[in-house]
Amino acid sequence: MPTHTFTLNGERVTVDVEDDVRLLWVIRDMLGITGPKYGCGINVCKACTCHINGKAFNPCSVPVGAIHESDEITTIEGLADGDDLHPMQQAWLDRDVPQCGYCQPGQIMAAVAKVRQCQREGRDLDDAAIEEIRNICRCGTYQRIREAIKAGADNM
Amino acid sequence: MANHRFAPPRTKEPKEPGTGLRAPVGRRKFLGYLIAAPTLVVAAEFTRQQIFDAPSTAWAAATPSGPQTPEVYDLLDALRDAGRPTANLIRIEVNKDGTVSFALPRSDNGQGIITSTQMIIAEEMGLEVDQVKVTLADARPELMFNQLTGGSSTTFTTYTPIRVAAALAQMRLLDAASQLLQQDVRTLTSRGGLITGATGGSVPFSALAEKAASAVDQQVEVALKPREDFAIIGKPQNKTDARDIVTGRKCFATDLQIPDALPTVICRAPDLNGTPDDVENIDEVRGMPGITDVEVVSTGVAVRAKTFGQAIDGVRALRVQWNDGTVHGEDDESVLAKVRAAELPMAVPAGVGETIDCAFTFYFASSSSLETNSAIADVRADRAEVWGAMKNPIAASGDIAKAVGLPQSAVTVHVTEGGGSFGRKLFYDAAVEAAECSKVIGKPVKLMWTRADDSRQGRVHPMATSRIRAQISGDTVLSYEQRHTSVATQVNPGFGDAISTGAVKAPLGNLTLSESIFELTQVTPYDFGVSTRFLNEVDMRFNTTSMRNIYSPNVATARELMVDQIAAKMGKDPYEFRRAFLKHDRMRGVLDAVAKEGRWGRSMKKGTAQGLGFHTEYKGVSAALVEIDCRPDTVNRKIREAVTGPRVTKVTFAVDIGLVINPRGLEAQMMGGINDALALILTSSLHLTDGHFVEASWDNYFYTRQWNTPPEMNIIIVDSDADEPGGAGEFGLAATCGAIATAYARAVGKVPEYFPINHKDPFPFEPKPLVPPIPESPTDGLRHTY
Ligand code: FES
Ligand code: FES
Repeated sequence: MPTHTFTLNGERVTVDVEDDVRLLWVIRDMLGITGPKYGCGINVCKACTCHINGKAFNPCSVPVGAIHESDEITTIEGLADGDDLHPMQQAWLDRDVPQCGYCQPGQIMAAVAKVRQCQREGRDLDDAAIEEIRNICRCGTYQRIREAIKAGADNM
Repeated sequence: MANHRFAPPRTKEPKEPGTGLRAPVGRRKFLGYLIAAPTLVVAAEFTRQQIFDAPSTAWAAATPSGPQTPEVYDLLDALRDAGRPTANLIRIEVNKDGTVSFALPRSDNGQGIITSTQMIIAEEMGLEVDQVKVTLADARPELMFNQLTGGSSTTFTTYTPIRVAAALAQMRLLDAASQLLQQDVRTLTSRGGLITGATGGSVPFSALAEKAASAVDQQVEVALKPREDFAIIGKPQNKTDARDIVTGRKCFATDLQIPDALPTVICRAPDLNGTPDDVENIDEVRGMPGITDVEVVSTGVAVRAKTFGQAIDGVRALRVQWNDGTVHGEDDESVLAKVRAAELPMAVPAGVGETIDCAFTFYFASSSSLETNSAIADVRADRAEVWGAMKNPIAASGDIAKAVGLPQSAVTVHVTEGGGSFGRKLFYDAAVEAAECSKVIGKPVKLMWTRADDSRQGRVHPMATSRIRAQISGDTVLSYEQRHTSVATQVNPGFGDAISTGAVKAPLGNLTLSESIFELTQVTPYDFGVSTRFLNEVDMRFNTTSMRNIYSPNVATARELMVDQIAAKMGKDPYEFRRAFLKHDRMRGVLDAVAKEGRWGRSMKKGTAQGLGFHTEYKGVSAALVEIDCRPDTVNRKIREAVTGPRVTKVTFAVDIGLVINPRGLEAQMMGGINDALALILTSSLHLTDGHFVEASWDNYFYTRQWNTPPEMNIIIVDSDADEPGGAGEFGLAATCGAIATAYARAVGKVPEYFPINHKDPFPFEPKPLVPPIPESPTDGLRHTY
């Protein structure tokens, strides 16, 4: 069986599994990292959003075989610096964003990437930029998410 | 954005001498129980008079319409009355380490009831909120139907018993401290788990937990902290599990690591509720990578594998012959025809006054939460253990026992925290299925419905019609009649028992179950003369459930559209008209709040408009003022795989729900309801075609997204004098639905006849195949990074 090695939340990991198994299941079912959630499996709901080399992506739609040894994957569990929360996580707490919380790991990872993208491209983080975020929140926390992204971005 | 406006503080009643824990004669006392245990354990029960002296007397104003059932006795009363005989089992424990713990016999799916319960206990015991440990109780069959989370009832039904128990615990701790410190109990203060004497010396709860314990069970009288002394209740409090959520530590059912409970997915029929007949290639699929087991179960073919991805691959590879489902060959139109045929006639014939008739259709909507139905089960020969987010674990354990042929006492049900519910988790479809799979396979399983399963086969909010006839004469409404007709809403066993037990106490007595819920929740809040509201249901074997309310959002949408039409007929402004016809000042209070804050009547550009909605339920009142933009540039904006359409640009919402425990949590619940209302009126519905629902995921079923949600939302909490909290979880929807609908009708100059308004538009997507039942996961995810 093929072996796959990559970096997950700063640690080197190796798994034996078929190439075509999507990375979400490798992370959740084989490596036991359960922050990224399943909400559709087809790159629509964005509940599984993580970072690859600092950019947002959806591991439900990436076969583990497409991941290189040099790739660094970050899940919500790897966003904080030890006990020091990432500014976006802190903004989420300050605004009391979560309801059930199921979508929130994905929302936070998407928000961080969106802010970085805007910074990279020299764009304003305005309502139009925030409305590019496709993550669903079925509890309907959207307004608090908007406020939190702006607050979190100020500290990034 | 948030805007909490509280009524001026109540003028304090003059304090009676000796006010404090030792209640003076004259203050209401409650009975609590000391339970014999090594450390302090207290319990409480409650009776109607103790909680609610005079139910809703303020509402029984003499009106031409006469009081309707919910005005004197509503669903919350029914749920509480049903829970009464066993509510004394609510127990609080003070542990040796000084912590205070309480297992809440309810299910939290994001409503924040764990946080509000911590607040209630902390308030009575002088603790910090995070010093109280609240967990969700496992199924406790002895509680009968008092372990049920539904109808926005939790805070209302548990508020007083929890306070009584906490107050008793506090009283015992103070007594024990008084002995230890050799000081008069009235001079002691308790803060943060430390009791301090006026003349120095202090002792922590940990040193008192055993001393305050009781050797025998005994009944004790206790008084509660007066409202004017509240320091925690009524103050905004963040959710106490938020840190776990934002760090990814919060554990949902499928996150649990139960030994050998491997991922399991069921291959389901193309028809709604179709069943398996024959599997052509079961052995071939058993041999696929990662797959451990493939077995036929009653709802399909279960595939168990090392990863969910491999289980899904197995499902996709299966070739199964299926039996027809429960609505084989049916579609939206055939179902609608049956619903229409069941509509009850109006009592007052047309032509008594000037007659206005209107009729609306509400299509099926999905109650899918973001966490799909899922559960873990480990069923052995002599016992079963099941984990899942269940709002009614007692009924679940009964049905699981039946499904696997064990006595209920051999079934343990653990309630996990849920990823959203909105009514669906009143049912426990996945738990029963997981138990069956585990039994058939002979191993533990972690069962998860895929999104396509959850959307196509999961429970739905039923299709319904609402017809209204009003007769007016000059400035008077002579009669107002509403006939709501619906595909039958299933009400699960536990909920059912609770309601019917309570409903027979309501003035009308002896109604069937859904008639009961309708009668207990629906009220026409306007003085509209002879007013009747009837429900009829047609059972068509759909899997239905409430979805943040059963009837209210639809009933309110129809009603508020009609109210606008009556106002127009009389040549009155919709706000002035509502103001004049609402029955009580409390109702006018929230209406005035939104009109003022939202600037009702400000000039609006062509193609944009304001709309109003009002609703009363759950012992509360609410109003919404919505602004909508229906100009072509807005309606036609393009976003890939999305529905745009008319945009609600601003929502002003006011709610008076009685005593507010946690305004920040209440605001969150209203926000969620408002976002649901957008979806129900404008963008999201299920389409039934040839015996199945078409929509298989969020790119077919268009729940509200960032690009739909109003850029401006203003939620006003109007505090009232009520001593008790009302229900909140579902309250944001109905008034908002009414307001969006009336705003839309005004903006486009036409009253819609069905909802959501886009239901008959061509699909903006290619329907996903039915066989295999799960779409393949894409492989190009790395091309969409940002
Ligand atoms: S699960 Fe990955 S996008 Fe929905
Ligand atoms: S918080 Fe529940 S889905 Fe977003």
